[in-house]
Amino acid sequence: MAVRSLKAERLHLWRGERHVLAGVNVEVAAGDMLQVTGANGTGKTSLLRTLCGLLHLEDGRVLWEGRNIFEDLAAFHSQLVYLGHEPPLKADLTARENLRYWIGVRRPLSDTNITSALERAGAGAWREQPVRTLSAGQKRRVALAGVILAAAPLWILDEPATNLDADGQCLVGSLIDAQLASGGVVIVAVHQDLPVKNAAPRRLELTAA
Amino acid sequence: MSASPLQAARLILARDLRVALRKRGQFVQPLAFFAIVTTLFPLSISPELARLREIASGVLWVAALLASLLALEFLFRDDAHDGTLEQYALSGQSLTWLVFAKTTAHWLLTGVPLALMAPLAGMALGVPYTALAGIILPLGLGTLVLSLIGAIGAALTLGVRRSGVLLTLLTLPLSMPVLIFGAQATDLAIRGVSYAAPVYLLGAMAVLGVTLAPLAASAAVRISLE
Repeated sequence: MAVRSLKAERLHLWRGERHVLAGVNVEVAAGDMLQVTGANGTGKTSLLRTLCGLLHLEDGRVLWEGRNIFEDLAAFHSQLVYLGHEPPLKADLTARENLRYWIGVRRPLSDTNITSALERAGAGAWREQPVRTLSAGQKRRVALAGVILAAAPLWILDEPATNLDADGQCLVGSLIDAQLASGGVVIVAVHQDLPVKNAAPRRLELTAA
Repeated sequence: MSASPLQAARLILARDLRVALRKRGQFVQPLAFFAIVTTLFPLSISPELARLREIASGVLWVAALLASLLALEFLFRDDAHDGTLEQYALSGQSLTWLVFAKTTAHWLLTGVPLALMAPLAGMALGVPYTALAGIILPLGLGTLVLSLIGAIGAALTLGVRRSGVLLTLLTLPLSMPVLIFGAQATDLAIRGVSYAAPVYLLGAMAVLGVTLAPLAASAAVRISLE
């Protein structure tokens, strides 16, 4: 089995007239974290979505464990959990129901799985409340519980600490630490450094093309 | 270990039905529209049952077609907004399969209630009791095809703002065979003769739709996520 790593070579992405990604290279191995920084509109989200295989590149390729992700996209996606800046939650369902349906599509879950993930993310207190009644930060914690629950080796997170209080920022840091310690790969887009303890993160600064 | 395709489909069905149950207004709308349109005809044409019976199948089918078009907009819109579709695309499951599950849920929420409600409207239009099966069966099949065709249109127009009119223009021409054969089946049933032939054709369309439409719709969903 190839080494667990994500590698991207010479990524070129155009959005209409804009050359959003101009020859970006990425390399992250097991136990490593990559912090993507850059001003607003420099293509952080586009880069993350490209690495997920959601966007089609004009040039370049993305390799997971040495294989082009488009060779078997479904297999790659089962190794990956992506969290965009909007938590993918249904307002009319409770936190617990949301996780059961969102992550349950990926892997079989038991109720105790869901409860313990919610508790780990500090969202146990409002697990039976409809998501529409939750604040932005509370929703973010529910979404983080989903990330834990997915148990995927590769995390791609877009501003995971948005709307979180100081305690929540530490939570994101400790979740990432745990993921790295277990040999996972983490790629985050951030504006401020996350309180991550045991990793000296690689950095990738995007600039306007 | 990943979830089996069947488990995934069951979860999507359960989820969509549950969301619909908490947000009833959205799904009552097309049904109310159907009821209003079909009751307007006796008021505007004539209360004479013999005359109404002549046009009953056309009225029922046109109203059902328009009502199901009305419901199409909801098929993917909310899921596209809150990022659920994106998560489906990234779930490691076949997106075609998941889109098929979603379309089935949509049919259960709009087509099946419509087919079950139509006999009531039919009786108000003078349709004899003996012909009620000739309304339910073709409408059940027909709305399934409409949901499947509509899924393609709804997925294609996801990126478009105020997509209602465009969606209708895209879907309507493709729905014509359903309208023609469906109305004919119901008409034959009202006349008391065998309506098997058009129902077989509707069945064939449903088979074709089930096999091909989810492929096209999931490809369109992927494009809309870019």
